[in-house]
Amino acid sequence: MQLGRVVGTVVATVKVPGLTGVKLLVVQPLDRALRPVGGQVVAADAVHMAGPGELVYVVAAREAAQAMPDPFVPVDHAIVGIVDAVRTLAGDDPAAPRPSPPPAPGEPAGGPPASGPTPLARRGTRGRAPS
Amino acid sequence: MLLGRVTGTVVASRKEPLIEGWKLLVVRQLDAENREAGGYVVAADAVGAGVGEVVLYATGSSARNTETTRDRPCDAVIMAIVDEWEIGGREVYRK
Repeated sequence: MQLGRVVGTVVATVKVPGLTGVKLLVVQPLDRALRPVGGQVVAADAVHMAGPGELVYVVAAREAAQAMPDPFVPVDHAIVGIVDAVRTLAGDDPAAPRPSPPPAPGEPAGGPPASGPTPLARRGTRGRAPS
Repeated sequence: MLLGRVTGTVVASRKEPLIEGWKLLVVRQLDAENREAGGYVVAADAVGAGVGEVVLYATGSSARNTETTRDRPCDAVIMAIVDEWEIGGREVYRK
């Protein structure tokens, strides 16, 4: 599933049976920092509550049809949830930079010392070779 | 689904028997500002669209979810004819 922002609506009266009464919305996919990524798509509104400007998440491909009242419909993007909040490792602000990973247990913060014997590579360290 | 404009038709007399009877249309993808974007696809028509019309088409295995294309080799289907759309409250297209 992917985060997205509803940016518009599409009206279509002639459509396949099974999509009658289903709202079609234009969605801009977003990355984890809520920046636009890729082109806009038209998604069926499976939650019946999404509106313009709202942050939503969208399921793509054939699975999207499973969210519809009639699952035998040619829907390849469906809005399946409205986002209340996004929390990332950087905190509540998704636009904040990602923090560096915490140091491994027993390792002083800031990584191993630059000189001296280097212990065997631990998981999570980036294979520093002994000098 | 993607927005597109029907720009032509495809006629093929030699084809896989499972796809006999389909109307095949050439669709040019449009972006949300009604500009031509991306490429062309050949899509099966499930709603009776005509050349020049703006349509919505579904791609991938979802395209098999119509009575026309059920269990048939199809990866793009026209599933709606667009009357209008708007972006941020501004009307971009009206039929």
